[in-house]
Amino acid sequence: MDLFEYQAKELFERHGVPVLPGDVAASPEEAQAAAEQVGGRVVVKAQVKTGGRGKAGGIKLAENPQDAAAKAGEILGLDIKGHTVRRVLIAQASEIAEEYYFSFLLDRANRTFLAMASREGGVDIEQVAATNPEALARVPVDPHDGVDRTRARKIAEEARFPEEVLDPAADVITALWEAFTTEDATLVEVNPLVKVPDGRVLALDAKVTLDDNADFRHPDVFASYADSHAVDPLEAKAKEKGLNYVKLDGEVGVIGNGAGLVMSTLDVVAYAGEDFGGVKPANFLDIGGGASADVMADGLDIILGDPAVRSVFVNVFGGITSCDAVANGIVQAIELLKSRGEQIDKPLVVRLDGNNAEEGRRILDQAEHDVVEMVDTMDDAARRAAELAAAPAAGN
Amino acid sequence: MAIWLSKDSKILVQGITGSEGTKHTRRMVASGSAVVAGVTPGKGGREVDGIPVYDKVPEAVEATGADVAVVFVPPRFAKSAVIETIDAGVPLCVVITEGIPVHDTLGFWSYNQRQGQRTRIVGPNCPGVISPGASNAGIIPADITEGGRIGLVSKSGTLTYQMMYELRDIGFSTCVGIGGDPVIGTTHIDCLEAFEADPDTDAVVMIGEIGGDAEERAAAYIKDNVTKPVVGYVAGFTAPEGKTMGHAGAIVSGSSGTAAAKQEALEAVGVRVGRTPSATAQLMREVMTSG
Repeated sequence: MDLFEYQAKELFERHGVPVLPGDVAASPEEAQAAAEQVGGRVVVKAQVKTGGRGKAGGIKLAENPQDAAAKAGEILGLDIKGHTVRRVLIAQASEIAEEYYFSFLLDRANRTFLAMASREGGVDIEQVAATNPEALARVPVDPHDGVDRTRARKIAEEARFPEEVLDPAADVITALWEAFTTEDATLVEVNPLVKVPDGRVLALDAKVTLDDNADFRHPDVFASYADSHAVDPLEAKAKEKGLNYVKLDGEVGVIGNGAGLVMSTLDVVAYAGEDFGGVKPANFLDIGGGASADVMADGLDIILGDPAVRSVFVNVFGGITSCDAVANGIVQAIELLKSRGEQIDKPLVVRLDGNNAEEGRRILDQAEHDVVEMVDTMDDAARRAAELAAAPAAGN
Repeated sequence: MAIWLSKDSKILVQGITGSEGTKHTRRMVASGSAVVAGVTPGKGGREVDGIPVYDKVPEAVEATGADVAVVFVPPRFAKSAVIETIDAGVPLCVVITEGIPVHDTLGFWSYNQRQGQRTRIVGPNCPGVISPGASNAGIIPADITEGGRIGLVSKSGTLTYQMMYELRDIGFSTCVGIGGDPVIGTTHIDCLEAFEADPDTDAVVMIGEIGGDAEERAAAYIKDNVTKPVVGYVAGFTAPEGKTMGHAGAIVSGSSGTAAAKQEALEAVGVRVGRTPSATAQLMREVMTSG
């Protein structure tokens, strides 16, 4: 889960990472009140989970509370790279003497944690890495060793932070490491980390990604930072049902078991769609290893509830689950949806292979649902689903 | 004899008394694998289908000579379970558990490094390892295919099954599901190295998916180290940027980690890449029948 800047800063403060005073606001009035609270000049910052806010007009300086309200009015509602600004952070404005970069992150390829630090902060760090790699120190951190103050100071030295900054930066880095490990983060990034004229080192910005797998260790954090606006309504509904669903922009609904197989199904549908006017998958939906009738019903319910869907492709390889159970699941799902009073008028193309596939096909045959069509192979089934999705558009 | 598993492998199941542990223990036994022990803390002295249960891994290893551990314990206990296995010196530890926090995975990974990599860790969040007809450590269905001379390595469970099914008439030496998590104990490269050295494997199917750079790294490894034919498949060509598709590892960020980039890297070193699972199987069929 990615956090908003204001949430990341709250989290930083809990672990002793120094940030400038500020408050979050969802309206110009709230912004004005927050600016009065903070006092003096403030920065009004769009709270969106994407970069490039400054360039998009999402960060503005305000001279006084009235100005903060006006600037908040300009920023709230902005669309920044597809993210609508619903909140702004009102933060104390500060003179900046120097800007640096610092982050802890997961280094997947080397199976370790990594500290990255640079004297060149406040700019796109990927660009620094590409154009001037020596300016970016990359220091592997073994999870067993961790980062104590001595090690933190060494990292700051490796990044060639100025001598007078080494001690205050080491304190900040130590606190960031504590935040990173205690909160089960996969990224904590401070860009820029700044030195202010009085010599203090502060986190002027904050970016944090938490590991969703660790939610059981931090139920309060995950509950309070859950972002209901971020998800598509169908994605929200799927999440409620415990289904792994991602909305896409095509016409063929896809249900399958196993993330890899479903990803592969999306590809096969898109390839087949090239021959039918460019129809594409409407979603990713993985019902997991065990495809019970209830899970199948929930999955079908969500997919059939998507007005963009014109046909559905159910692609199941019976591994652990046997195909007769999957077929029963489909039959019961259709009955269940009908009993809920739902119209099922979109064609379902079903491909069953693997464990007990023949019995599964027999069950579907016997059920004689006129919307269900069985096709033997994944490729042919994808083709048929694409063809059916394209049919109405062709004017039939 | 294939890689890592043989007829003589003695399997220990961690979390054997849990519902998943019990269910898959039965499946492993039914497929002819020797499951010699189970471990569940606090349940030592019981039996599951006649298999003795111990409180701790070292006791179980001492009593039964188990040399493969399969881990089904819930995510919150997984780290300590794996560390116990490393401490007991078990050479192969297959971690089926899904949803382990990555700080925990890195914790046991780095612990294992410090112990001199005594234990090969496969997973987490993986379907396991099977040498069809010999042994099955994990949850891969044993009845899809017989033994044969193709090696398979894959991040995805059901795509593994699909590929085994497509090539069931030729058969597999060993199939390894390495798992879809961002940090895993055994990589494509580890499997390629083992298959290259295995006299019972003639060619390798490698199944990847979007996200990370594991496939690109595998390509670089193949160039310098693999002489056996390798056929590849990458899932997620049409996946949108920035969306996680089920596997935590499967996320495209910017231009890196795309299926097209992976395909290009693999083809540049002579790996033939199929556009679909069936096309990939066809490429492998050509390799195996061209003699």
